[in-house]
Amino acid sequence: MPQLAGPTDPAADARWPDVKPRKGFFTDTSICIGCKACEVACKEWNHNPRDGDLDLLGSSYDNTGALGASTWRHVAFIEQKRDRIEQAQQTGRALVNLGMPGLGPPVPAARSSAESMAAESMPPSIPTSTPVETTPPDTDEFRWLMSSDVCKHCTHAGCLDVCPTGALFRTEFGTVVVQADVCNGCGTCVAGCPFGVIERRTDGTAAPKTKRGERKGEQPEVPNLGVAQKCTLCYDRLIDDETPACAKTCPTTSIKFGDHTDMVTQAKDRVAELHAQGRTEARLYGANELDGVGGTGSVFLLLDEPEVYGLPPDPRVPTADLPRMFRQAGLAAAGMATAAALAFLGGRR
Amino acid sequence: MTASDYDSVRPPEPAGRRRRGGKGGRGPRPDGARPGGGDGAREAAMVPDAEFTSYYGRPVVKPVPWGPGIAAYLFLGGVAGGSAVLGAGAQLSGQLILRRNCRLAALGAVSIGAVALVEDLGRPERFVNMLRVIKLTSPMSLGSWILTAFSGGAAVAGAAEADRITGQRLPLGPLRRVLRAVEGPAGLEAAAFGPLLAVYTAVLLADTSTPTWNHAHDELPFVFVSSASLASAGLAMVTTPVAEAAPARRLAVLGVVGDLVATQVMHRRMDPVVAETLHDARPGTMLRLSEALAVAGGIGTLLGGRRRGIAAASGLALLAASALTRFGIFEAGIRSAKDPRYTIEPQKRRLAARRAAGVTDDSITTGG
Repeated sequence: MPQLAGPTDPAADARWPDVKPRKGFFTDTSICIGCKACEVACKEWNHNPRDGDLDLLGSSYDNTGALGASTWRHVAFIEQKRDRIEQAQQTGRALVNLGMPGLGPPVPAARSSAESMAAESMPPSIPTSTPVETTPPDTDEFRWLMSSDVCKHCTHAGCLDVCPTGALFRTEFGTVVVQADVCNGCGTCVAGCPFGVIERRTDGTAAPKTKRGERKGEQPEVPNLGVAQKCTLCYDRLIDDETPACAKTCPTTSIKFGDHTDMVTQAKDRVAELHAQGRTEARLYGANELDGVGGTGSVFLLLDEPEVYGLPPDPRVPTADLPRMFRQAGLAAAGMATAAALAFLGGRR
Repeated sequence: MTASDYDSVRPPEPAGRRRRGGKGGRGPRPDGARPGGGDGAREAAMVPDAEFTSYYGRPVVKPVPWGPGIAAYLFLGGVAGGSAVLGAGAQLSGQLILRRNCRLAALGAVSIGAVALVEDLGRPERFVNMLRVIKLTSPMSLGSWILTAFSGGAAVAGAAEADRITGQRLPLGPLRRVLRAVEGPAGLEAAAFGPLLAVYTAVLLADTSTPTWNHAHDELPFVFVSSASLASAGLAMVTTPVAEAAPARRLAVLGVVGDLVATQVMHRRMDPVVAETLHDARPGTMLRLSEALAVAGGIGTLLGGRRRGIAAASGLALLAASALTRFGIFEAGIRSAKDPRYTIEPQKRRLAARRAAGVTDDSITTGG
């Protein structure tokens, strides 16, 4: 049985003879502009069909909704007012004060609003001898959070662990990929994922649509119907030493791709840089190999608590508790056999 | 803040219920209910209303795409497993009618259950891929092998009984002697896998990120074997004359006791917010009804189990109780996955508890 929890090199743990360096993303949401080019590039490269009926969700500029069988990148969009920004700065500062591993010296206090106001009111055309002002030209009154979510390619992947057919497998790059021709669509992986990423693909005919604009335009036939689908970290491109489509297309380099160790280093440098600028709301998600999934292959820099972006605050791969579940099940089965034996030993009356 | 003239006559907001306005990323609960059973069906849970933020109220984990066929299989697999165990007991103690009825029940239940399972697959034609690998980390994989092994034994034992009922009219030819020779071992083999068939579905549900099922991972196996015991015993009490059904009656009573205790422990130990999914709405109704039917069936078995009519009625009540338990727990799990609250709140609480206990190195969110 492979290792069920804790830090490990997943490809080596899967007993690959020629382990390649683990690949992953670092998604820096502080420079995401919400353009959704990653969503488009992903769909185009992976031939993913349309999700839904091009409906407007009516909640924000995010009309994609969530990750799913045909949506492997999803850009979240959140608008926040001042109280939420201040709260995010507090929770971020609390994280730093916890003494998390790998932390630098205490960060300076958040820049005061007066200072930033002064910085913004300065005419941009006047050259100054001081270094270029790099603080973002926001107001303190509200902000937009944008974050491109993707499969986490966990060190201990819940979907992979529970797959009964071997359709899901660990690649030599340490990523998790579905073999669409093996999957029989049992759906267990959908429940196994602590992040709600993987999904069974349907053509949407289960619930007939009666709304206006029923089929907007001709659509190509949906491939891989009825099987589980999710981000492959562009396995086909990785084999050819290419960058995944989303990272390649990202215009602001918010999505970075590379060796997992480099990604974690970059993420830590970036969060330290933001803290030094007083942006204590910045924090990393998935960069800790001691967490419930053994660290994720896709690391994120977030500007608020994870649940604000629809991410679980303390995910734990269910299989970590499997030995305990087996023990309980063994006890229960033995109890049932004992009860039956007692029932017969009681005689025929 | 509104500045209405009528603000002064508003009743004060209850403490701990106030939520700050203008929060991005917090959606209303999809079912529109207030926390704590605000639908009026139950008293409010005595848990503080934790700070709850989500992404527009959308689920964090995905609900499993399983239909009612899987819930039916949870029930039928239990009936089949328990019936095979009862059938083997009857085989060893020489109670031929009980043996026949239990063997046929095991075969019938496992056949219908297997069809329901295959039918629920996204690609039913690929069901045999379940037997591509033996994977210890996958309860579904182990369960497929348990189901296969069980079905083999149950099919042979059931076929032997069917042949006897029809007066040896099955076109078996020389195989009849083989069948007679192996039916005993086959019945015992099925019985050996019976408890495993009844219990593996509990691990299958618990080994997921679906909040209600995962939070019940310590107790669910006991709930499921108890439910399987009382259901299979109930079926035997319906089909078998009272003279031969004494072991079934005893198993039924033991099953009811186990079911009540295990269910109570499950409710008590579960995170109070997640436990709402077992108390409220349709799953709550089903589980309460199940408990009532189990108690009624158990009392009927104890007091009137030697009268055919009462025994049959009690047996039916027990079968219904088991089916309601399985459907209730199944639907509660799906419901818990659809509401982000049941994922986020317990996780935040356990993270805070670990931090309070001084464990600060295992959070997925880090400051650097």
